[in-house]
Amino acid sequence: MRHTLALAGVLALTWLLWSGHTGALLLGLGLLSVAATAALARRMGLVDGEGVPLAVVRPGLITYLPWLLWQVVLSSIDVGRRVWARDPGLAPRMLHVTPTQATLTGRVLYANSITLTPGTISVMMEDDDILVHALHAEAADGLASGDMDRRVTALEGPA
Amino acid sequence: MIVEVVVGILLGLGGLACITGAVGLLRFPDVYSRMHASGVTDTLGAGLVVLGLLVWAALGDGGWATALAEGHAEAAKPGLLQSVKLVSILFFLWVSGTTAVHALAKAAWLDGLVPWTRDEEGASSTR
Amino acid sequence: MSVFAVAMVAVMVTMALALVRALRGPTIFDRILAVNSFGTATVLFISVHGYLAGRPDFLDLALVYALMNFIGTLAVLKYLHAPGLGAADLAPPGEEGP
Repeated sequence: MRHTLALAGVLALTWLLWSGHTGALLLGLGLLSVAATAALARRMGLVDGEGVPLAVVRPGLITYLPWLLWQVVLSSIDVGRRVWARDPGLAPRMLHVTPTQATLTGRVLYANSITLTPGTISVMMEDDDILVHALHAEAADGLASGDMDRRVTALEGPA
Repeated sequence: MIVEVVVGILLGLGGLACITGAVGLLRFPDVYSRMHASGVTDTLGAGLVVLGLLVWAALGDGGWATALAEGHAEAAKPGLLQSVKLVSILFFLWVSGTTAVHALAKAAWLDGLVPWTRDEEGASSTR
Repeated sequence: MSVFAVAMVAVMVTMALALVRALRGPTIFDRILAVNSFGTATVLFISVHGYLAGRPDFLDLALVYALMNFIGTLAVLKYLHAPGLGAADLAPPGEEGP
């Protein structure tokens, strides 16, 4: 029920902010659409911790997201430099990292963070193993140091 | 005037990041490394361009912050709604971009595509 | 404002370069990646164009295009491993990676 309400709330907010209309007709249609969508999603079995990842919404995001953003900027600039360099200095390699997050949602957040930063891409994800393609040694070392992993685990908080 | 300069710098850098990603898409040796290059377009390029538009929606001609400062709450509404849409666009580009690239990498890997490595002397870094 | 035009030219160059990669391949995954990149550039192109033309309503189109681009990429990837549109002709799962 908590997930359904959250889904309906997000949908309603989206309807309101994307349309910008506050007339009775459009608000009524919006209410109808939100109810229908939430009901359909429930019927399809999509409304659970995976379909509506409430577990991701944690206070720690306030510090994690800016840090992630900064990492994205730094690694983008690094990859950008290599694009224009006469010798890009590419030494692609595969490596395995072990996520230490307790929940699946936490591990998905970690794997997505890896992919979001240019220089590392998560290729395969199994229970306690993520296969990563790194563009060069520094990117691989940076990931293997486990800094990002620790931050996501800290974000998860005590289970 | 200063707003136009800031927006110009953001859009210019964003455009440069986009082109950089595309050049990498052409220069890098295999599909896995090209994914890193296209990541520059998807993250930094899109981020800077949308950030530039966000600044413009707030402080440009008829921007919402300007309207609010002058006390026209009603005139600020379109700009605010645009800002919400811009943030949504960036959110979807970032979330869906990473998911799409991961799906692509996984599909290529499962298909048996071996990543290019430096050790293979036959392979050149440009194609 | 002319900076919008400059940004649009940059995005168009990006699109052209992505198209070159899409045409060259060599693997199907290169082409999908290039088309995905082209789609990202298209979203930016539509957004900036809205401001250049003084019609920010174009943002709605950009929003829809961002979502379609994602679904399109996933659909093509799914299609690669399971050609056909029915569940009956699902291909056997691909072999393990190298």
